[in-house]
Amino acid sequence: MADETPGTGNGELNAKLKLGLYWASSCGGCEIAILEIGDKILTLAEHADIMFWPCVVDFKYKDVEAMPDDFLDVVFFNGGIRNSEEEHVANLLRAKSKTLVAFGACAHMGGIPGLANFYPLNDLLEKVYRGGPSIENPDGIFPQTTYQMPEGEIELPELHETVKPLSKVVEVDYTIPGCPPTADQIWKSILAIVEGNLPAKGSIIGAGNKSVCDECPFDKKDIKIQRFYRPQEKVPEPGWCLLEQGIVCMGPATRSGCDARCLKANMPCRGCYGPVEGATDQGAAIIAAIGSLLDTGDDEEALRLMNEIVDPAGTFYRFSLGASLLGRAKK
Amino acid sequence: MAMTATEKDQHNAEHGFQPRIVAFLCTWCSYAGADLAGTSRLQYPENMMPIRVMCSGRVDPEFIIRAFMEGADAVGVFGCHPGDCHYINGNHKTMARIPLLKKTLEQMGIEPERLQLHWVSASEGNKFAKVVAEMTDEIRKLGPLNWAGEE
Repeated sequence: MADETPGTGNGELNAKLKLGLYWASSCGGCEIAILEIGDKILTLAEHADIMFWPCVVDFKYKDVEAMPDDFLDVVFFNGGIRNSEEEHVANLLRAKSKTLVAFGACAHMGGIPGLANFYPLNDLLEKVYRGGPSIENPDGIFPQTTYQMPEGEIELPELHETVKPLSKVVEVDYTIPGCPPTADQIWKSILAIVEGNLPAKGSIIGAGNKSVCDECPFDKKDIKIQRFYRPQEKVPEPGWCLLEQGIVCMGPATRSGCDARCLKANMPCRGCYGPVEGATDQGAAIIAAIGSLLDTGDDEEALRLMNEIVDPAGTFYRFSLGASLLGRAKK
Repeated sequence: MAMTATEKDQHNAEHGFQPRIVAFLCTWCSYAGADLAGTSRLQYPENMMPIRVMCSGRVDPEFIIRAFMEGADAVGVFGCHPGDCHYINGNHKTMARIPLLKKTLEQMGIEPERLQLHWVSASEGNKFAKVVAEMTDEIRKLGPLNWAGEE
């Protein structure tokens, strides 16, 4: 029977992959997504031993700290890095794992937590702890990183000014994009890892190398946009490209691999798989694309049309702000 | 971090702030117009760094963002007047992309005055010199962007 105790390092007996999973600044959806592989989780259990997964099993940080370097075969790390604890664990897991995988949009690009980068940290704290409409905090009590209790000093992690993708903090071996990655793609990636069938380090896995438009079921009629609609302002005409109908869709600037699941539910793509192969900045890419789809040769009309898009930065960088060229708004 | 108007004026007076302006000029109209300004010996500020492209429609928003990241205080995109684009509708794309990018960058803390779109034809040497002078003055008053200071 295989020895599962961390730190014993009897590699020959224990032929199963030593797997770790961690959750930083994220919503927890990636943990659920892994469970979404359904009964394949039993197959996973045949091939891997879970050595660390705070969400699900009871190993502690000190168990990881006790492991020799490169002890874990694979770590799936989801969530962006936004505080000192997450930065510490990112470095710890990097040291203790052979293969570190940035799992999901937050680890890949900062994700939804990355939208905090539109504001200075202080503004966020003020809003949450004092300025919010339902907050009563007359004494201005804010969380502290240390506090003296009768029992001793207790600590909280320190918040960083900027939410960062995992790759801006440690070297990442592979990235599985998506918010969350689809169960299908997760399983394909796990198989690829188990079989050792991986591309060059630094690659994106569990995704395609075209844009979502390639997987989208709708017809492109090559019709220019006449006006823009927010998704709640229009019932889309079935079977026709949403962007051509004036509903902002990130499809042209988003990597394929999700099977256009949102489009198949009649909702525009929001860009969660990140920029297409070769593109760096998802927002710049969609601005270029939308700019070439307008029905006008008049600059005043172009200006009026473009002003119909509410919150372009939030819409175009919804998942990728942390990984965009600018990375954050000016403080 | 942000200076008041008075502090900015003081800063500029003390340090003699020279704005760095990157200008994308389309080959067929605006670059020729800039050239005409030169051959006509028109005087205009030296703060502009010209980059020739075939068409203003070639200017990817990413170029503009990179210019700001690498130290530009302002970016000008110059193209043919609507209807006159050498490639028929290249400038149609520009006229849509630049306003959208401006609005996006404004949300990122880059003032909309820092990205300007101007139509300059091959015969408009005077206009080119005037636009560059006005833009330089406007950005001088606005102050440096100093995006790299964010890191």
